[in-house]
Amino acid sequence: MELINATSPEGYSSRELDKTEGESIESTRKLFQTPLADPDGWLGDEPGHNIILTTADSLINWARSSSVWPVNAGLACCAFEMISAASSRFDISRFGMEIFRPSPRQADLLIVNGTLTWKMAPQVKRIYDQMAEPKWVIAMGSCAISGGLFHNSYAVVPGVNMIIPVDVYVPGCPPRPEALLYGIQMLHKKIKRQSIAMRRIKA
Amino acid sequence: MTTALAATEITPKLEATLPGCIVESNGNTVVVKAESLHQVASFLKTTAGLDFNYLNYITAVDYQTNFEVVYYLTSIEHNHDIILKTRLIDREKPALASVVDLWKGADFQEREIYDLFGISFTDRPNLKRIFLWDGFQGYPLRKDFKP
Repeated sequence: MELINATSPEGYSSRELDKTEGESIESTRKLFQTPLADPDGWLGDEPGHNIILTTADSLINWARSSSVWPVNAGLACCAFEMISAASSRFDISRFGMEIFRPSPRQADLLIVNGTLTWKMAPQVKRIYDQMAEPKWVIAMGSCAISGGLFHNSYAVVPGVNMIIPVDVYVPGCPPRPEALLYGIQMLHKKIKRQSIAMRRIKA
Repeated sequence: MTTALAATEITPKLEATLPGCIVESNGNTVVVKAESLHQVASFLKTTAGLDFNYLNYITAVDYQTNFEVVYYLTSIEHNHDIILKTRLIDREKPALASVVDLWKGADFQEREIYDLFGISFTDRPNLKRIFLWDGFQGYPLRKDFKP
């Protein structure tokens, strides 16, 4: 039977594609006829080959800085940049912190993003107080840093450091997600220099 | 498009029903005395041919010499609207009759004016601050407010 040599829009004939596919399958099949060894050769080794010596501090700090879970508390427009940082384009999960906790009790990091009004201040303070130690705070955006545009307003807290201690300030109005990610990396560096023998200053 | 009702179409009717209530009028604006505001509002809402059954908004302005409270009224039926204003001289305890009984939508807006201008509305329930917290000193939208 004569095979119809239909031409695809790209200019390849489907017959040729079939041929290359067939060759690739045949060559793979010829090459892999025996099972590969399971990677367990090191299991019988003397202890010493799989031991890493480190300090408790660096181990704990490594674990803490690689899984900083933020609490889900958006105040104003900066929250959208934080949401964007959490979404696939900027992808906060690269730093092990994609799990935004709706409960402060399960969170390590409070990102205060946006204008904090005096009316909202008790609630934010309460979220911070409910978080378990160790806990960190990022002030994101001009408003959170100093009140920003609303610095002289009768209703706005001139900087969240008035009510809670801040670890990292991320400037911008609003900061882009990259800026927030940079701030988060700065926080990671800060966490890595912490020691368990050192207590944080109480708020 | 809603047509702005000329004040001249309303003033004779108002003058006939409530003599002396009008302070001035021009274009589509009628300024009435503060003490007759509720009667005027009620008249505009219930009179056949006017039927201002919808309150677009209430707002207030501080002219320093006096406050002006502005009511923007529309009739859905006749598709016309009018602006009703009233002036308050007293800065210590400015008060005005509430129109919540006529238009429910006035509720939050009267509370907002009370909160930010310190103008109290009489004969209405639940007159309390809406944005600012209980205990806040001063009225921020007044021109002489100093934080």
